[in-house]
Amino acid sequence: MSVAATRDATAGTVARIEDVGLSYGKTRALDGITLEIPSGCMVGLIGPDGVGKSSLLSLIAGARAMQQGRIEVLGGDIADARHRRLTSPRIAFMPQGLGKNLYPTLSVFENADFFGGLFGQGAQERKARIAALLKSTGLGPFADRPAGKLSGGMKQKLGLCCALIHDPDLLILDEPTTGVDPLSRRQFWELIDKIRDERTGMSVLVSTAYMEEAARFDWLVAMDAGRVLATGTPAELLERTGTSNLDAAFVALLPEEKRRGHTELTIPPRKTGADEQIAIEADHLTMRFGDFTAVSDVSFRIPRGEIFGFLGSNGCGKTTTMKMLTGLLPASEGTARLFGKVVDPNDMAVRRRIGYMSQAFSLYGELSVRQNLELHARLFQMPADAISERVAYMAERFDLTDVMDAMPDALPLGIRQRLSLAVAMVHSPEILILDEPTSGVDPVARDGFWEILADLSRKDNVTIFVSTHFMNEAELCDRISLMHAGKVLVSDTPANIVKFRSAQTLEQAFVEYLEEAIGETSPAAEAGPSQPVTPVAEAAKAEARARRFFDFGRMFAYTRRETLELQRDPIRATLALIGSLVLMFVIGYGINLDVENLSFAVLDRDDTTISRDYTLQIAGSRYFTEKAPITDYEDMDRRMRNGELSLAIEIPPGFGRDVARGRDAQVSAWIDGAMPTRAETVRGYVQGMHATWLSQKARQRYGDVAAAGDYQLEIRYRYNPDVQSLIAIVPAVMPILLLMIPSMLTVLSIVREKELGSIINFYVTPVTRLEFLLGKQIPYIVLAALNVILLTAFAIFVFRVPFTGSFLVFGTAALLYVVVTTSMGLVISTFINSQIAAIFGTALITLVPAVQYSGMIDPVSSLRGFGAVIGNILPTTYFITISRGSFSKALDFADLGAAFLPLLIAVPVLFGLGVALLKKQAT
Amino acid sequence: MRLANVFQLGVKELRGLMRDPVLLILILYSFSLSIYSASNATPDTLNHAAIAIVDEDESPISSRIITAFYPPYFSVPKLITQAEMDSRMDAGLDTFALDIPPNFQRDLLAGKSPTIQLNVDATRMSQAFSGGGYVQSIVSGEIDEYINRYRGETSLPVDLVLRARFNPQLDKGWFMPISNVITAITMLAIVLTGAALIREREHGTIEHLLVMPVTPTEIMVSKIWSMGAVVLVASALSLVIVVQGILSVPIEGSLALFLAGTALQLFATTCMGIFLATVAGSMPQFGLLLMLVLLPLQVLSGALTPRESMPEFIQTLMLAAPNTHFVILAQAILFRGAGLSVVWPQFLALTAIGAVFFYVSLRRFRQFLR
Repeated sequence: MSVAATRDATAGTVARIEDVGLSYGKTRALDGITLEIPSGCMVGLIGPDGVGKSSLLSLIAGARAMQQGRIEVLGGDIADARHRRLTSPRIAFMPQGLGKNLYPTLSVFENADFFGGLFGQGAQERKARIAALLKSTGLGPFADRPAGKLSGGMKQKLGLCCALIHDPDLLILDEPTTGVDPLSRRQFWELIDKIRDERTGMSVLVSTAYMEEAARFDWLVAMDAGRVLATGTPAELLERTGTSNLDAAFVALLPEEKRRGHTELTIPPRKTGADEQIAIEADHLTMRFGDFTAVSDVSFRIPRGEIFGFLGSNGCGKTTTMKMLTGLLPASEGTARLFGKVVDPNDMAVRRRIGYMSQAFSLYGELSVRQNLELHARLFQMPADAISERVAYMAERFDLTDVMDAMPDALPLGIRQRLSLAVAMVHSPEILILDEPTSGVDPVARDGFWEILADLSRKDNVTIFVSTHFMNEAELCDRISLMHAGKVLVSDTPANIVKFRSAQTLEQAFVEYLEEAIGETSPAAEAGPSQPVTPVAEAAKAEARARRFFDFGRMFAYTRRETLELQRDPIRATLALIGSLVLMFVIGYGINLDVENLSFAVLDRDDTTISRDYTLQIAGSRYFTEKAPITDYEDMDRRMRNGELSLAIEIPPGFGRDVARGRDAQVSAWIDGAMPTRAETVRGYVQGMHATWLSQKARQRYGDVAAAGDYQLEIRYRYNPDVQSLIAIVPAVMPILLLMIPSMLTVLSIVREKELGSIINFYVTPVTRLEFLLGKQIPYIVLAALNVILLTAFAIFVFRVPFTGSFLVFGTAALLYVVVTTSMGLVISTFINSQIAAIFGTALITLVPAVQYSGMIDPVSSLRGFGAVIGNILPTTYFITISRGSFSKALDFADLGAAFLPLLIAVPVLFGLGVALLKKQAT
Repeated sequence: MRLANVFQLGVKELRGLMRDPVLLILILYSFSLSIYSASNATPDTLNHAAIAIVDEDESPISSRIITAFYPPYFSVPKLITQAEMDSRMDAGLDTFALDIPPNFQRDLLAGKSPTIQLNVDATRMSQAFSGGGYVQSIVSGEIDEYINRYRGETSLPVDLVLRARFNPQLDKGWFMPISNVITAITMLAIVLTGAALIREREHGTIEHLLVMPVTPTEIMVSKIWSMGAVVLVASALSLVIVVQGILSVPIEGSLALFLAGTALQLFATTCMGIFLATVAGSMPQFGLLLMLVLLPLQVLSGALTPRESMPEFIQTLMLAAPNTHFVILAQAILFRGAGLSVVWPQFLALTAIGAVFFYVSLRRFRQFLR
């Protein structure tokens, strides 16, 4: 490499690692690593998935807390928080996974803009930097496209833009090219070379699973099982192992027991004859989804027993083509034939001839190995008596006998992959479709896997259709197709493709085809100088910014991003905007304590003026509605059972006569007791009306004598003279809703980042905890304030709850209160890690104490013991007092001032807790 | 649709559920502890209700009234002056304030019909509403007893014999557990099926299923029957063991008829679970949707408060929800012992709603799989 050659590799050390160890629970991820990583060059960590590359990189980046040992980065201990804060503007970290630290709903520009903001850059500066970076990466035309809709290669370029926006001295890239097509991969590395040319002295630390990429790095660290196998330049490693390529060198470096049984993989040539049967045939297949053409005019023929490779980037139409071949998707145009028969999507018989193994090794993690095999055998309708024999055979052939009762998740990747293949083969299909079957598997296991494939093809004459990113796998196929943007670029044997383009390697040939298809040379090469280079002044400015404990720019970067994300998530936005309104509507109408229009009917066996007078007394009240008279007991029983009548009254024969003569008489009433609360109310009403009727009659009969000892009990229902439920409920429910939903949304906003992985941006940038929390909280305070207005308007205009107090007092208190409730969310978020737990946990944590102890039902003054303590601490208690006071009691600041104080105290207390509990590193 | 496939896939769902401790605990909790505690923890409407008394009479009868209020229904009355009364109520310290005027006893015995004033803080929800009646009857009782020694019989001897049918003691401990069973059935049906679908999607196994000789209908029906069966069995066990056994709540009607109705309800709500899962796509979004869907469904269905006290348009709107019909039939069968001759309209309605939900969610499910 020309760039490397000009550089002095012995200039110094960018990171010094001493005896570093790391464990996740019982798993030992890193074990006694000691390394000195040279500065100013490109250093590669190589090895398959799960050997500890990512763990080591995140430790160096300061994203993960140290457990054991010591790492010095850029001249200071990375475990020291002060050193991390000061050096973070000099380090950039791009984590593993396509677009893992990007925000899929944000556009390319918005993503880069956010990262610029995290380093406190001003709007002008950000704009200039982003324009330059997008130009040099060729992303300029896509500035408005959401990051989630970019191809894998473009996502990684955007990730690089975001990492480079602050001119780092140390660039850490964790598997930046995994899952990216070869052209994008090449462009990516060209981009890195160009940047290194411009920023001489920048150190780059990269991990990769592609050995052919590693060949271009300056210095390599080969890792396995949490340990370093070897270090040195690629040439040194090849020389030491006496091998010709790094793949072989890596295998040679592995400890003896891992290498056992591994031999150089060779696949015998396929016997071809003239009478070849065509197994798979695609004839001008086209698939459109709306305006988008996913697959365009694809044709190929695959003879029986061939291993046919399908190469292309993520999203180029490979999976769609596979779906059309299996009949999962009906083609928009063209036909697919299997064994000469047109594929009919509804023909289940076709599917029985196909075995399919998807990218994700889609096994049921909750079923054991045996259960997985048996389930698939049954679903393919194998005869019941043949199943156990077949499962035993498959276990033996794929070497799974020892793990038959284990759960797949507990098995190493290599075994899971064999199991996946066994599952796909359990019904002896004639065609096997494999979608990137070996990603992430170590080279030894991968060779073993291809041996099985070769065996199936050559011995059992199974046609194998396999998609892959690995060029060395593509070289093993009998023929390959290169696919890009829905089109097949070429189909031939690997050797012919290389020969035809007169290229040296298959990768180079593929890249040339891709470039031809896109109609341009690599865009990275044409761009001019990308950045205004004033390194010294810039670095000083950046460091000054990093020293600041609070920077509005960094805080607003989070605020802006949170707002944009919320706008683009329909479900969360709905909940935030009208969630509380929906719930208030439901509670206001659903939990109504007014009991009206109760149905009742009378069985009047007397039928005199007096008995009818008694009935009228009840029928005339607004609480009861009279239904058709009851004819007999059977009628009464039926009508009460089906819930038609809440109250039945029986007046006995001779009632009128007895009352007139002052003799003992008896009225019977039956109440539907199914709903006890309602029944209690009915009982109260009936007793009251009975008493009123009696005293009326008594007065008629005895005159004023009855008045002796008479008194009045005057009940004044204050603040709500008509005793309407809504007036009582609404002012008490508002504080509960303004507690639950804003705090839940705040918790979610932080826990989401933890779960999706973008929290890493907080770990590795100079953003302080206070900036992070406040920045995320602001949009939710604004939303909650909006909710206050909505809820108040709804209460006044729809529920017609009179507002008697001062809007100013209520509004101020409400604003203060939502600051408190969102801060409660910040505190809760520090100990919750999954979104689903955040939703239900927050509902539980906020709702239960608020409903029981805040004075919503029982006044805090009547609570005892523990409940009284909670009731006096809860901010909701005080806001309920203010809400009731303002709505119903016509109180002003003079009367409610005392309730403001606890709310004012709660804000700094909760904030302090949130900042103290939030961690600035993963643990 | 092949029944063998539906059966196999359903068994797979059951095995998956067996290995999900969180969902198992949720099922167990909803059908045992939650129901048990609902019966015991339902608070009395009056619990240490705060009462203050302004005694301007200081007579034997006023002290009689003061001593008539005691815990646990009421707190020990605070004796206050009239001036304090307003500010204490404004601050929300007292729910009730009773004002006994000067010379109350003298006027009472003289037949001058004096007035006692009871101030109620009517912003205090249920306590104010039902408590007012209690205070009234306590005061009346004390005065009547006192006065009866002074005067002869002047009232009419007409008795009102009140009986509560189906729950003679109006024991809330009977109502709440069954309401909770109804609530748990709906919630779990939606959560379990929704989670089963989202789990497959998140693990990428749904695509895998599709290349096998199984149809979307088979996949959906397998989830419906397996999760429905779990909830059905759990609710039957809960009714027999927890409700009838431990809590000894009598169940009037036929358990078999109720379970038949439950099966129909499960048909509708499991389809709803599938539908919501296809809309949400991920577990957190599903959780948020649940908040917006589950609560209205349950609160407005009549399970907690009577339907007839809700506004007309809500009553009509809620006829489209399966819960409304299920609550009606469950209350009729379990509390009032109704038979099929009484509840057949609800069975019919549930079948119709279930069929519509099934059709809609199957269409949605097919699109989701694309």
